[in-house]
Amino acid sequence: MDLFTIVSLILITIMIIAAIIAAEIKDLLSAAIASGVMSLVVSILFYMLQAPDVAITEAAIGAALSMAVMIFGIKSTKRWEK
Amino acid sequence: MIPYYYLGSISLVVIGIYIVIAKKNLIKIIIGLDIMDTGVNLLLISVGYVKNATAPIENVPGPYVDPIPQALVLTAIVIGVSVMALALSIAIGIYKKTGTLELDEIMGVEE
Amino acid sequence: MKRVLALTLAILLFIVFAMAFAKIPFGEKMSNYPDYYNPIENQTSNMSLPQHYLTYGKNDTGATNMVTAVVVDYRGFDTLGEVTVLFLASTGVGSLMYVEDKVKRKVRRSNAVVETGSKLLFGFIILFGAYIFIHGHLTPGGGFPGGAVIASSFLLLYLAYPKFHAEHKKLNVSESLAGLTFVIVGLLGLIIAGYFLYNFLPFGLPTYLFSAGVIPVIYVAIGVKVGSELTGIVDAMMGVRE
Repeated sequence: MDLFTIVSLILITIMIIAAIIAAEIKDLLSAAIASGVMSLVVSILFYMLQAPDVAITEAAIGAALSMAVMIFGIKSTKRWEK
Repeated sequence: MIPYYYLGSISLVVIGIYIVIAKKNLIKIIIGLDIMDTGVNLLLISVGYVKNATAPIENVPGPYVDPIPQALVLTAIVIGVSVMALALSIAIGIYKKTGTLELDEIMGVEE
Repeated sequence: MKRVLALTLAILLFIVFAMAFAKIPFGEKMSNYPDYYNPIENQTSNMSLPQHYLTYGKNDTGATNMVTAVVVDYRGFDTLGEVTVLFLASTGVGSLMYVEDKVKRKVRRSNAVVETGSKLLFGFIILFGAYIFIHGHLTPGGGFPGGAVIASSFLLLYLAYPKFHAEHKKLNVSESLAGLTFVIVGLLGLIIAGYFLYNFLPFGLPTYLFSAGVIPVIYVAIGVKVGSELTGIVDAMMGVRE
């Protein structure tokens, strides 16, 4: 096991945990933030897979714009899932 | 033995499919579609990876990773966020008309 | 009941996907990829498609960043289509979120740290976004990430100042001009050399800023277009505020 494998495994675990939190939590605001965390971890994974262009895009869009758009949407509707 | 990158991205796709099937809240379903999108992007990039290679920027010598999936995913991410905003604005319109986001209440189904 | 069914289906799908992807190798050398078939010359090349791009890309396009070469030059027509999809989605958001009866929502004033910090950072983030898309053919980045960074700087202003509004007319003008630039450059290629998006400008020396012909022009246009469209989406989702 080299360093690449170990760091990748840790990051992939964090990513899957964040996705499961986004799936199961009843608070939609927390779900949106969890999906933003997942996007940030995925952008680090893109950087490790030697794709710097995609990493910049994912960090700017997945972690900032997409989360903000989702939070604006939740703000003009309901926050809690039934 | 399946590579762990494939396992991670497949699990993201499967979690997205689970949300779309099992949840009834419209915004939750949109979050599920977003998770699926990210999983597919990660899968494409990890298919194009080459061991001990550098990014395809030809300032440095040496083997490079595959540039074609990166070019595909670069545009797909930007398209993804704009389509998600379109879906969210449709959900907001439905909320303004019916006052709820739950699918069974919108369709008028009694459980 | 529905939950259990969905969980079962998800696990089954996971197994199917895992079995399907177990055969695809990870991190394999490109010389093991299948060779590509050229239908125009009706023969099989002796290298795979990514290898072809990596070997001849620098001479074909003049760009150093091969991702940019593929996005703007080899598959430039594809990118025009994607930009059109982006334009359609942004128009859809604008028309769906349009409110006739201007119900104004009260927004709290943010604190002094956020206001001062965003005032200081705004210019630097815009500068960084512009750097990313001007140097798209040399370093990692390009029009799509640069536009996203510029839109996120406008998002910062929206969050810090409740009364801030990007002017719709200016957004529309910059977005339309950028789209027109892309199409006009493509048509000039059609007039000069006989096919759409031909790289008609001189290539110059590789790794210099003024190189790679029309690629920087098109990528700057894409950056302005993506930036103004994403800012328009943020503006429309924010709604009318007081």
